[in-house]
Amino acid sequence: MTIAISRPRALVVRAPGTNRDSDAVFALEQAGADAHVVLLSEILETPSLLHNAQMLLLPGGFSFADALGAGRLFALELSTRLTAELAAFVAAGKPVIGICNGFQALIRTGLLPGPNLKAALGPNDHGRFTCEWVQLQPVSQRCIWTADLDADIHCPIAHGEGRFVCDDTTLASLRSNDQIALRYSSPNPNGSVADIAGICDTTGLVLGLMPHPEDHIVQRQHPQFIRGHRGGIGLGLFQAGVRHASQL
Amino acid sequence: MAHGDASTSDRHRLTLRSHHSPALATTVTIECTLSDLDRQRLQSVLCDPLLESGSWDTPIGPLQLDIGLIPGVTDTAAEQVIHAASLLGIHVSDAAVGRLIDLDRALDDREIRSHYTNAVIERWATGINVEPGYALRETTVSPTELVDLALDDDALGRLSSQRGLALDLAELHVIRDHFSAANRLPTDAELETLAQTWSEHCAHKSFRADIVLPNGSVLEPLLDQLRRSTNEIDASFVVSAFDGNAGIVQFTPARTYALKCETHNHPSAIEPFGGANTGVGGVIRDILGAAHQPIACTDILCFGPADTTDDQLPDGVLSPTRIIEGVVAGIADYGNKIGLPTVAGSVLFDPAYVSNPLVFAGCIGVAPSPRPALTGPHPGDRVILLGGRTGRDGIRGATFSSMEMDATTGDVAGASVQIGDPITEKLVSDLLADAWHLYTAITDCGAGGLSSAIGELGDGVGADVELNLVPLKYAGLAPWEIWLSEAQERMVVAVDPHQLAELAALAHRHGVELSDLGSFTGDSQLVVRHNGTPIVDLPTTFLHKGRPRRRLQATLPQPQRAESVPQCDDLAGALLALLAHPNISSKAAVIRRFDHEVLGSTVIRPLTGACNDGPADGVVLAGPSDPDGIAIGIGVNPWFGLSDPEHMAWAVVDEAIRNVVVAGGDPAAIALMDNFSWGNPTRATTFGDLVVAVRGCCDAARAYGAPFVSGKDSLNNEYLAADGKRHAIPPTLVITAVAPVADAGAVITPDLKGVGNSLVLLGTTRSEFGGSHLSMVIGDQQSRAVPAPQAASPALYKALHRCIVDGLVVSAHDCSEGGVAVAVAEMAIAGRLGASISPSTIHHDIVAALFSESTGRIVCEVEPRNVAQFVEAINVASDTNLAVVIGSVATDHNVHFGSQLNLTVAQLVHAFNRTTA
Repeated sequence: MTIAISRPRALVVRAPGTNRDSDAVFALEQAGADAHVVLLSEILETPSLLHNAQMLLLPGGFSFADALGAGRLFALELSTRLTAELAAFVAAGKPVIGICNGFQALIRTGLLPGPNLKAALGPNDHGRFTCEWVQLQPVSQRCIWTADLDADIHCPIAHGEGRFVCDDTTLASLRSNDQIALRYSSPNPNGSVADIAGICDTTGLVLGLMPHPEDHIVQRQHPQFIRGHRGGIGLGLFQAGVRHASQL
Repeated sequence: MAHGDASTSDRHRLTLRSHHSPALATTVTIECTLSDLDRQRLQSVLCDPLLESGSWDTPIGPLQLDIGLIPGVTDTAAEQVIHAASLLGIHVSDAAVGRLIDLDRALDDREIRSHYTNAVIERWATGINVEPGYALRETTVSPTELVDLALDDDALGRLSSQRGLALDLAELHVIRDHFSAANRLPTDAELETLAQTWSEHCAHKSFRADIVLPNGSVLEPLLDQLRRSTNEIDASFVVSAFDGNAGIVQFTPARTYALKCETHNHPSAIEPFGGANTGVGGVIRDILGAAHQPIACTDILCFGPADTTDDQLPDGVLSPTRIIEGVVAGIADYGNKIGLPTVAGSVLFDPAYVSNPLVFAGCIGVAPSPRPALTGPHPGDRVILLGGRTGRDGIRGATFSSMEMDATTGDVAGASVQIGDPITEKLVSDLLADAWHLYTAITDCGAGGLSSAIGELGDGVGADVELNLVPLKYAGLAPWEIWLSEAQERMVVAVDPHQLAELAALAHRHGVELSDLGSFTGDSQLVVRHNGTPIVDLPTTFLHKGRPRRRLQATLPQPQRAESVPQCDDLAGALLALLAHPNISSKAAVIRRFDHEVLGSTVIRPLTGACNDGPADGVVLAGPSDPDGIAIGIGVNPWFGLSDPEHMAWAVVDEAIRNVVVAGGDPAAIALMDNFSWGNPTRATTFGDLVVAVRGCCDAARAYGAPFVSGKDSLNNEYLAADGKRHAIPPTLVITAVAPVADAGAVITPDLKGVGNSLVLLGTTRSEFGGSHLSMVIGDQQSRAVPAPQAASPALYKALHRCIVDGLVVSAHDCSEGGVAVAVAEMAIAGRLGASISPSTIHHDIVAALFSESTGRIVCEVEPRNVAQFVEAINVASDTNLAVVIGSVATDHNVHFGSQLNLTVAQLVHAFNRTTA
């Protein structure tokens, strides 16, 4: 039975070192979700917290200081104790999004790109952390987060390990399955293969991306707002997720 | 089987080599029993085959440089290795993470030090493995010693320098007399506690000293002068000034802001990454210690020129390129990881900073209002330590930073350098955001560690604590080391015993370690025990009020203040040279390393304009759903300070204020912070420079009605080289201004917006070239006048602010280094539009018109229909003709100054970005 939920409940997981959780909560709330921060330790102790939620967001930051490579320990925590629950969450048709560090973690858990595919997020080709604004073209019609987007998103990146890499088989498969969700339409900032900024899984429910659409929700956040720039906000992406979740 | 106990464990080493940069590998050494399957599982976590290769126990080659941390240096990566292994069910008893570098050829130790390693935190070997740090730790605890002070003055002086106490004879006599009256010897812990509490770093002795002039007259101490100026201004928005960990202001009823800026100069000189890293961590804790939540960081950095060659370096000094890279990486690492935007800042270069780089780290925090005041500690409250564990890191940092450095400083000060752990501090910050109602007093562990944190909280009330209850990173610390350690990420709070259980539960939830060390007693005695035995037993009055007041001789400078203009024939060449000068050219390479977007509140960024590459003046922060926000501006100019520190002080206060005003900040409610980095104050001329700089600050603060709310001084920024040559810094004063912005959606930026708009210069241009950047780029050595205060500026800025609010101004940029020419060029670069300027409208002398650095001037872009109204509004309000139309935004992509200077915007962009055309 399907019940329309007006404000789907979204969980934003804060691991030690997560720092864009409040940005994500703001974006989800503006998009119409009922968003809550849950600590990683709490969700690991009580996986049933996921049962009452319709959306899951893994936000940006430096979980566990990224000391052993970005997102690796966050992913290890999730896959050691939460693999079955996360699979069930997606199987129930609930949308999941990982941004920046959350994307790095989703890749390491294997939820992205999906079974038998191999991808990673490595150090930027120029070797440095960089914070700058980029433009993203929504590509995938499979991905529930991007399918309805008709305009590019302008938003910042802020990462040192955002270079998307994968083997040829995986790239071919991502292309043929329409799993490339977002591409950089401004100059590629980190050397990602095929200008890939974000990918989804084969169900289209799980999206991971390096840039931060949650930091461009209101017009005033754009650096050229003062010069009259309007548009390109990231709100639509979160609204798409909320719309999907509210129809579960 | 994976589980072995330590006695049967052995050592394994995994070398991780990135496909991207294979010459530099990471090594992970672990102490455990490991099956082949465990190895595979651990490797699958530590190594991603798409990114790197991993190999176990590979023999080291003859040209491989193996680098590890020295014992006691915090190794956060190793802690995560142990954590990862435990998730896999593998018990690792100890771990170390290091680096392995493939060399092209054999290098001698000097070459290795100069290019790859830092002896302050690292050990290394070529062709053999270095022993992991954990295997070399001292585990025997040296007992508490008694120190005999019944010595003659020479011997007392030697004792002070041998123990690194940095106490002078008058102070040593007072301490000796205190203990002889008590009829006992001081313990090492007591002596160290007094040395830290009475250090220049903690006690600001020079700022509290009586000032003695050559004619014998005595002036009020500098700190009192600053406080008095704030009291006289009596601004309604000041909640707390020069009290506690940070200044607190309130611009709107709903919230208060806490402001603080710190220096971390000495640590950054010897270990740039760790020094700058913990400078950021420390100032963030100051904000937490003022019971506010941090929202943004600032950074002002002074370096030696990047092209300094090795033979120009005094012995024992790191090259500027390594210092720059380390400091920038250290700031980025802390700010980015803890999740605070690093926004306002400056980067300055001068040969005088080669041996004394300066790192000013600031932080701003917010708290909802009203909130009940913190009234503790009350007698009976518990002394609660929150956060990181204590190790042998950062011992004697307060006294170290209060001493002059020399070639041996790096060798002996290893233990003075801390490594930060921003994730632990983030958890503490998250906890405190939820726990503000559960404590009665709070402070951070900064310089002096527990001794100053508990010592300061216990001032007047007294405390009794047990060091055995302090959680340690490893065994082997002497009691005085536990008490003095400056291990990072620790806060001390006073907690009512009835609320302790709730705080403990909250700390557990947030993953923050909490330790109950004892109680605040009410008997005004500071008692510190180890295993129950007191090792410190001092009256808090003696600790905090027993220090003899210093008297410092001051010889005041006599600056040359007559106007004059240097000769400059190639105006275009001078402008291009100015734009390419390291102090003026783009700082994008530094700024982009810092996350200035996190929290989504950055409205005006440090880089702005059509291509996001023009320099902004002030930055503006406003929560994404808040209508209002704050503007932050920085003023600094050491070159003015070299010849006229008093006018320098006024000029940098003015610059900081102008930066916030042009960004939309309200000049009627500006709060200021001062940071003085100076040389040795016992030299009368150096102290005299400081005395007049403080006078300039106070005069400017009064003129603008802008009170100082917080300040910090770092003195003794001098380096005694092995050849006996003394290297001192120029007088460096950093002013931070913060002002409210009522409508964050109506702010303006410096980039030119529209062809045909008028350019209006506000303020008076004089022939002021002392310390100017024109003089630097043309090699002018003449002594000239430093820009003088302009009495009309305060009224001018208020008038400008009304015009900005009324929407009459589309762009505004302050004139600073390089004068009007550089200001207009920067507006053109940021807007990618040309400008046509008539120099004679600025000054009859074209060199003065273009390049004079007179204070109080702002270039405004105004739409033609608003020009008359704008000019009249300014001139009426400021009562003189301070607004003059000097030109317009050009239809071609050129910047003209009359017929004498004509450059394309592309030429300016290339010079500014230091790229080739």
